Amino acid sequence: MITLARILPLAILLALGTAQLSAEPWTEPLGTIKKVGPEGSGNAEAAEAWKELTSQGSAVIIPTLGAMENAGPLALNWMRTAVETVFDRELAAGNDLPTAEIESFVLDRDNAPNARRLAFDLFTRVSPDAAAALIPGMIDDPSAPLRRDAVAQLVAEGKALLADDKKDASAEVLGRALDGARDVDQIDIIAKLLREDLEQKVDLPEHFGFLMYWNLIAPFDNTDRAGFDTVSPPEEKIDLEAKYTGKDGKEIAWQDYSTSNDYGMVDFNQPFSPMKQVVGYGYTEFESTEARPAQLRLGCKNAWKIWFNGKLLFGRDEYHRGARIDQYILPIDLKQGKNTILVKACQDEQEQDWTVQWEFQLRICDETGTAILSTDRKPTPEPETPTRRRSEN
Amino acid sequence: MRATLLFSSILLFASIAHADWLNFRGPNGSGYAPELAGLPTELSAETKAWEVSLPGRGLGSPIVVGDKVFVTAASGPDQKQLHVLCFSADSGKPLWERKFWATGRTMTNNKTNVAAPTPASDGEHIYALFSSNDLICLDLDGNLRWMRGLTLDYPNASNSLGLASSPIVAGDTIIAQIENDSESFAAGFDLLTGENKWKIDRPKAANWTSPTILGNGNDAIIALQSSKGILGVVPATGSTLFQIEGGASTIPSSSAAGDLLFIPSNGLTVYRADSSGDEPEKLWNESTQRPGTGSPLVIGDKVYIINNAAVLTCSDTKTGERLWRTRVKGPISSSAVSADEKFLYVFSENGIGQVVDLSGEEGKVVSEFELGETILGTPALDNGALFVRSDGHLWKFGK
Repeated sequence: MITLARILPLAILLALGTAQLSAEPWTEPLGTIKKVGPEGSGNAEAAEAWKELTSQGSAVIIPTLGAMENAGPLALNWMRTAVETVFDRELAAGNDLPTAEIESFVLDRDNAPNARRLAFDLFTRVSPDAAAALIPGMIDDPSAPLRRDAVAQLVAEGKALLADDKKDASAEVLGRALDGARDVDQIDIIAKLLREDLEQKVDLPEHFGFLMYWNLIAPFDNTDRAGFDTVSPPEEKIDLEAKYTGKDGKEIAWQDYSTSNDYGMVDFNQPFSPMKQVVGYGYTEFESTEARPAQLRLGCKNAWKIWFNGKLLFGRDEYHRGARIDQYILPIDLKQGKNTILVKACQDEQEQDWTVQWEFQLRICDETGTAILSTDRKPTPEPETPTRRRSEN
Repeated sequence: MRATLLFSSILLFASIAHADWLNFRGPNGSGYAPELAGLPTELSAETKAWEVSLPGRGLGSPIVVGDKVFVTAASGPDQKQLHVLCFSADSGKPLWERKFWATGRTMTNNKTNVAAPTPASDGEHIYALFSSNDLICLDLDGNLRWMRGLTLDYPNASNSLGLASSPIVAGDTIIAQIENDSESFAAGFDLLTGENKWKIDRPKAANWTSPTILGNGNDAIIALQSSKGILGVVPATGSTLFQIEGGASTIPSSSAAGDLLFIPSNGLTVYRADSSGDEPEKLWNESTQRPGTGSPLVIGDKVYIINNAAVLTCSDTKTGERLWRTRVKGPISSSAVSADEKFLYVFSENGIGQVVDLSGEEGKVVSEFELGETILGTPALDNGALFVRSDGHLWKFGK
């Protein structure tokens, strides 16, 4: 009598065998590569898998590009080098490459942004004219690396129109370039052309999504840089009506603050005057239409900490080594409705001219750098507007 | 016809008699490779063997392994694309290139860039470190062996001005100093897997100096320099052998010669140190001999430093007594290198390659050649050849 107990192992073996037969030769190595983890874990296995993957022909290119979806940053690089190694070798040997499939991969906006940029670069090497023809359509591409070329084309077109004194046409083209641009260097060039040569108004803070309205409180003590780790009252509870004893025993209170700076710089030196060995806090709120993943992007040359919705996201105790837009990128999950942001900015004891800054800039965007705006975002303050406004409380 | 072929074969054989320059400043990070011979004594259009374009910025030195030259670069609007490039040392022909997406922060001061550290090699693999804290191991044919994203593992280990310390291989360990104001550490990584063999906390202060090897073989010591001084550690374990206090520069690195360590500290300070467990012995200090950005170069019984005013000083290694000094064309960010007691090579930031004749009573610049590009990196040497790079090009001078 054939019992279920006898049939089941056989069925499992058959199922496994079928699965193995149907698995493609790149499936297992790609799975191994995806497992590379922290502190070198999985490197030895990935090296063997990479060798196996790259020993195959050009058929591995598309599956490997596809496997980049949801891969970690290290696995992405293992896959990238595998794709390029196989591509270089097959191209040099004059073997057929899946050119049409690579183009389709580029055009499918659901694929991973970096993988699509890589595929585009490969496509350019084998079909440069066809690749160039794709560029104009990428101006609104979800992949910021792909937008860049389209923006560059529009900037060149806008400049040419400007040189021909076709200002209206130039402004229209550069406006489209600005809408598409996500990289700071390109945005700066476009804004300068629009403002200085075409007398157009450009709201850079809104384009970037900088947070312009804050409540600030300072100074707390940072003597000997101890304030970075010291928990001051704003870290325990946000109460904008409260008054606290600050550095040197003085009573301090929250102040309303807004900035008109193009790059959203929140400057503690403005309302509080330049100080040394002090800590300041900035607090603001952000209304989101929906729960969604997003990024906080910070630039700051002081030591800092950030809390999002009451939870410490990250902190860094580096002073005056430089700052830039998007210096630190912190993933967050916006919740629908009100979200809270608290920034701690510490000023140290250095006295050199280049250590005066006590400031930060913060924006909220998606992973491509596209601004996400609060539903109750106020108009960007005009530069003439006083940047310091006393609390009404 | 046969004679021509035979002659060509002899030339070919002669042209591939390479020696290795495996890391920043060559053997043990000293800048001095006396086993090399036949280097050009003139830098000129006539002695320029080849020139190739590079795809991105970089100031890390080239390294030479066998008949291949390796160099790193970083490209893109935020220098987020990393490159490891391999060229034929003989012809400059590109052999392979591997590209990576940086996994760590790529912000640097404008003067430097993400490809500031010089790669290192054990003769079989390339270990490329970038300011983004990506540490990548490839074999000589470009096969990826392992990759570490050190900022992924240690999120505050970065310097917003950029990191520049170059790793070095000692035994079966590659040692890197990831030193900064925040999460500051040094670590030894397994050559084959990239896993940590050891990791030690380091002073929380920006530091651009590179580890130096003191001694050889089983007695080799890694000298880790920082603003606090020198920490001597066992390469395989990171265990402390000795400490030299009194502070040290955070830009020019120390140079070793035998059991002597020439430290950019309060000018130049020389210690005798070994792995015996004895306290290092201070031999001398000369506060006026202050290396600028480049590191000291020890050749025999003489030590050479170039200060921030581009004055090259030669001193006695035993006493510190200044023997002579001469001005070279500056400003200079690179370190001087040499293969014998006769000539020293150094490049100015303005791209002027200079050969200094050391054989006379005083040093004398005997050759100058303008490359026309900014040169911040230190040249690499090979038998009969010198390699140097800019943000845009890699050049070979010599045979």
